[in-house]
Amino acid sequence: MPDILGVIIAKYNYWLFIVLMMVGLYAMIAKNNLIKKLVGMNIFQTAIIFFFISIAYKKGATLPIIENAHGHSDPVIYAAQYMNPLPHVLMLTAIVVSVATFGVALALAVKIYRRYQTLEEDEIRIRMRHK
Amino acid sequence: MNIQYPVLIIIIPLLAAVFSSALMWGNRRLVYPLCVLALAATAINTFLLLAEVVHSGPVNYLLAGWSPPWGIQMRVDLLNGLVLCIVSVVALINLIASFRSVQQELAEKTDSFYVLYLLFITGLLGVVITADLFNLYVLLEVTSLAAYAQIAMGDRDRAPLASLNYVFLGVIGASFYLLGVGYLYIKTGSLNMMDISNILLSVYSSIAVFTAFIFCMVGIWVKMALFPLHAWLPNAYTYAPTASSRILAPLMTKVMVYVMIRLMFSVFGMDYVFQELELSQHIVLLASIAIIAGAVLALAQNNLKKMLTYIIVSEIGYLVGGAWLGNTAALTGTILHVLNDALMTFCLFLAVGNMSYKLKNLDFDNLQGLFSKMPVTMAGFALAGVSIIGIPPTCGFFSKWFLISGALEAGNYLFLIALILSSLINAILFFRVFEICLFEPMQAGHGHDYAHEHPESGIREAPVSMLVTLMLVAASLLAVGLYSGMIVNQVVAPFVSGVVA
Repeated sequence: MPDILGVIIAKYNYWLFIVLMMVGLYAMIAKNNLIKKLVGMNIFQTAIIFFFISIAYKKGATLPIIENAHGHSDPVIYAAQYMNPLPHVLMLTAIVVSVATFGVALALAVKIYRRYQTLEEDEIRIRMRHK
Repeated sequence: MNIQYPVLIIIIPLLAAVFSSALMWGNRRLVYPLCVLALAATAINTFLLLAEVVHSGPVNYLLAGWSPPWGIQMRVDLLNGLVLCIVSVVALINLIASFRSVQQELAEKTDSFYVLYLLFITGLLGVVITADLFNLYVLLEVTSLAAYAQIAMGDRDRAPLASLNYVFLGVIGASFYLLGVGYLYIKTGSLNMMDISNILLSVYSSIAVFTAFIFCMVGIWVKMALFPLHAWLPNAYTYAPTASSRILAPLMTKVMVYVMIRLMFSVFGMDYVFQELELSQHIVLLASIAIIAGAVLALAQNNLKKMLTYIIVSEIGYLVGGAWLGNTAALTGTILHVLNDALMTFCLFLAVGNMSYKLKNLDFDNLQGLFSKMPVTMAGFALAGVSIIGIPPTCGFFSKWFLISGALEAGNYLFLIALILSSLINAILFFRVFEICLFEPMQAGHGHDYAHEHPESGIREAPVSMLVTLMLVAASLLAVGLYSGMIVNQVVAPFVSGVVA
């Protein structure tokens, strides 16, 4: 038992992202309200963003900006001293994608609401059948 | 001098989309010609690029000159050269064929539709051409977002909800793929496909690589609607506007199949997928179930467009199973089937689009007597149907032949049975439609009262632009069938022999 606890604590970032992802997935599957589903979708995407950000972290490392790089004789660069900037850059793009998706999905929800006057999925399906 | 086609293929439709959205405040009449011009230029570029690749090997393009592990690379070999041609040609033909239908269905929104259309094509072309896994994710989402918006413009009652369901499943699929890319990045520190495939050689046994592979595959299967994950597809494609279901149905799923083949054979590699993992039997079983389930679900439909969407689900099973059989014949069949299926599905949806231009409702009861009312449309439909069933000399026969011989070679009789059974079910499906369309509606008193629910008794043939394009695509089914030997020898076989050791 303490063995498992050790594994969880040593890699807690992975466990947290899995829990967050499952919360989002659960909301997308189990909730009946479309907006709640959308929020679940956003949590799901955010979990993956956290995952990427956490893998860029190094203990004791600093921002990847090289001091005095201009004009001075070439400074020695140790990669271990700097955090990995690439996952951050990737996630900036992923955030843009998730915001765009959220926007489109909200617009669709508005369209559905205007048509059926409700956002509860079972209610929409009942009203759809009566068409 | 460097060859500039790869970047032009992306930039031309992208800039055209930007300019057409700007034109909405200027001269709206210029939007459509601009789109046609942009897609025609793209189609020419893709063909020149394919010729170049056939002539002198894969083309590498470094964006802004940054070399591969750091910069984004575009790499075109025979496989994606072929898929690029399919995408650009189908997009161009559909743009011309659907002009009238867009006017009819989306009266005030035609301009925004064309902008979405161009963005969708840009995304698809980008997904196919890029050699960077993260770039692929972003372009996949560009494609999907354009698709969601297009679908929502369709049927007023049902399209928005169908589109929203597609959003949910599309996001899950894309996120799983992104997660897989994350695991690969942890393990290899790279996002470039070629680079990763070299580094992976030394970490094949790692459980993280296995996890990455499974995440990527599941993500792509959701996006391509492999059977148990297909739930979003039928409604989304049925209720989309005619012009977009015509482009979504042939291209979206086929491009996802391309991504799967690329990941399996170029990134993870034949050795990893078929020797290191012992999955191929199970996936082929899944694909066989998908083939049968798609066909059976198609039997249960009484709306023509919905029936065709289930046929797409069944065809996805062919492609996934063929790729996972993992021998030369099956992979050749799969790649050839990507081409053939794109054309066949396109032809079917063109014909269906012509019908819905005149009919409004494609329930089977409504189709009676169509052979005499819309002979040209029905001829195109019949040819595409025959091709889906797989009767020579239409192109569907040849790829099925390769798939069947691949299944025999692998000794996988279940897949073989699924292929043959689904061909039979397809025959039933299409001949049932032909039978309905051959006979005139019965008069009142035969159990159904058609008299008052049949106001369209005076329907005529669809407009000429729609008919000419349909005939062109139908003729291409025969042409691709007759020249499939040449296509296989020139394009498919060199690629397959390169990846199958």
